[in-house]
Amino acid sequence: MKIPYPEDGKFGEFGGRFIPETLVPAVDELEKAYLRFRNNKNFQDELDYYLREYAGRPTPLYFARNLTKMVGGAKIYLKREDLLHGGAHKINNTLGQALLAKRMGKKRIIAETGAGQHGVATAMACAALGLKSEVYMGYKDTERQRLNVFRMRLLGSKVHPVMEGTQTLKDAINEAIRDWITNVNSTYYLLGSAVGPHPYPVMVRDFQSVIGNEILAQMRNLEGGAPDSVVACVGGGSNAIGTFYPLVDKETVMFGVEAGGEGVRTEHHSATLTSGSKGILHGMLTYLLQDKSGQIKDTHSIAAGLDYPGVGPEHSFLKDSKRVKYDTVSDGEAVRAFLTLSKHEGIIPALESSHAVAYAMRVARKMRSNQTIVITLSGRGDKDVEVVERYIGENVENSG
Amino acid sequence: MSRIQDKFASLQSKNQKALIAYAMAGYPNDSDTISIVRSLVKGGADIIEIGLPFSDPLADGPVIQNASFQALQKGMNLERFLRIVRRIRKETEIPLVLMTYSNLLYHIGYERFVTIVKKAGIDGIILPDMAIEEAGKYLKVLKRLGMDAIFLISPNTSKERIRRIAGVSNGFVYLVSVYGTTGGIQKQFQRYTIDAIKNAKEILGGRIPLGVGFGVNNPEQARSVLHAGADAIIVASAFLRLIEKNPRSAINSKITLLAKKLKKTTISINK
Repeated sequence: MKIPYPEDGKFGEFGGRFIPETLVPAVDELEKAYLRFRNNKNFQDELDYYLREYAGRPTPLYFARNLTKMVGGAKIYLKREDLLHGGAHKINNTLGQALLAKRMGKKRIIAETGAGQHGVATAMACAALGLKSEVYMGYKDTERQRLNVFRMRLLGSKVHPVMEGTQTLKDAINEAIRDWITNVNSTYYLLGSAVGPHPYPVMVRDFQSVIGNEILAQMRNLEGGAPDSVVACVGGGSNAIGTFYPLVDKETVMFGVEAGGEGVRTEHHSATLTSGSKGILHGMLTYLLQDKSGQIKDTHSIAAGLDYPGVGPEHSFLKDSKRVKYDTVSDGEAVRAFLTLSKHEGIIPALESSHAVAYAMRVARKMRSNQTIVITLSGRGDKDVEVVERYIGENVENSG
Repeated sequence: MSRIQDKFASLQSKNQKALIAYAMAGYPNDSDTISIVRSLVKGGADIIEIGLPFSDPLADGPVIQNASFQALQKGMNLERFLRIVRRIRKETEIPLVLMTYSNLLYHIGYERFVTIVKKAGIDGIILPDMAIEEAGKYLKVLKRLGMDAIFLISPNTSKERIRRIAGVSNGFVYLVSVYGTTGGIQKQFQRYTIDAIKNAKEILGGRIPLGVGFGVNNPEQARSVLHAGADAIIVASAFLRLIEKNPRSAINSKITLLAKKLKKTTISINK
């Protein structure tokens, strides 16, 4: 079930390269460059340097004593990706890809962003490495994540609000791909999730696997072995695949948590793996939320970073092979977890990560006290305080 | 021989090139789509390309995006598309080429999709997001059901790859003229486009016709493309813009007029 590098770009039947012909030479060039640097010591040393000195790796694996006590079950650990520079796991990937782009001689970087975390991480990596960056962001997302728009601009990035379609992550990806088609000879497309045409899903996974590798090393130290269970939120699925991949051949029980929005039975959710069907979008064959004709559906989540109708192809593979269990958490349950972690641990989680926290509490409760569960806390929640404030009105005290 | 092959053969015997003209199913509405196709035929279009809208048309520029969006808003779907195609097929034997995105075929199954559009009167299919590496099953179905597979090539496609793509194509090979999405508004093509046409033509020779599209919007450009060796010009967004910009009463005459002007460029090409 562990696929180190899919030569044909396929995870089982998923993945591949469903792309306009203009992009074929570009992804070929990218794959060649990636394969060259993937195992190149010089490249890896430079990446390690930036991850350590610039981004702040390794991140702590924090024992959440209060949460553990409150839930009353397994020992809950938090993988603190929220402490990384920029406030999210996204920088693991943007540093890797920006270094690669630089070695490929690309001067102009484009990216898409949902919640804005990948956009911010792209802007940071590009500023640090002296590259120009432009970020596509759905207009709806620029409205609900205004702070991140300002941060990207501060960091020297040009932000293009996308007015087409549903004005969220899906449309930002469409626009980024159109830009890439137009400027294919000069531009590097720095994709932020483990989605898109091969080799993006495997490349993003590799750059994010630092999360799972550290979890494994830290748990061996703390508890003498791999965790009994891990939980991560899944939108496109980059923090989740980075968490899962190094543990695929271990005994660890793994959970991917999708955005249940207002309920999986309503039209307002982003639960792709839980309730979607197979299809082709953004260069890959994967599970999608689509209507009976195959048109891509509008999605919803209170967490902009999960608001996406597709999912990384390796997740589709891990779902069908039953190695990972995928389930959902609703907007309301995520907000409650957001409040709980803030109040009881003094850690404000991103709304995306709050989905993982909520689900982990459900799981931990049913586990024994000598068992362990690790939550990948993919980002911090400063960006979400306005949204949460609006969601709960004036009842912060009462709802916590 | 397919209707598309027949058409190219008969044009060749008259020393003409082809005008391939586009209509989006359901834009501005179902019945107008049919009258627009009539106007294109009246203006001299040799082949009609008909779009089945997809929610995420990532190879398309703003004009086709907007038309797709409007058509979907009004409820365009495969059933209504088939109704439109059947109506057109009743009136004319003109070759009809379907352009859409891979997911709409994959979703209901290649076999089922191709069977029903073939039955309605479609002669060929263009999928801008179907790379040949992924096309194994799709191609088998098309071959078995006698549907032409029209693939795209681009100015940056290698010679070796053009050969491979041509090897699995029927009807014609579709050269994307520019780096970009559909609907460019440039008055003239850059040198690289002309070079790409010559290069592709050299590789394809007389084995399969070469169509050139993406941003072909005026007769002067069309002439430069044909002069470089293209066997067909493919015009889409320029027609959709006429629908966008004109009152309903003027649309059909404007479309016929533009088609006529473009068709004229395909009749006398001095090489």
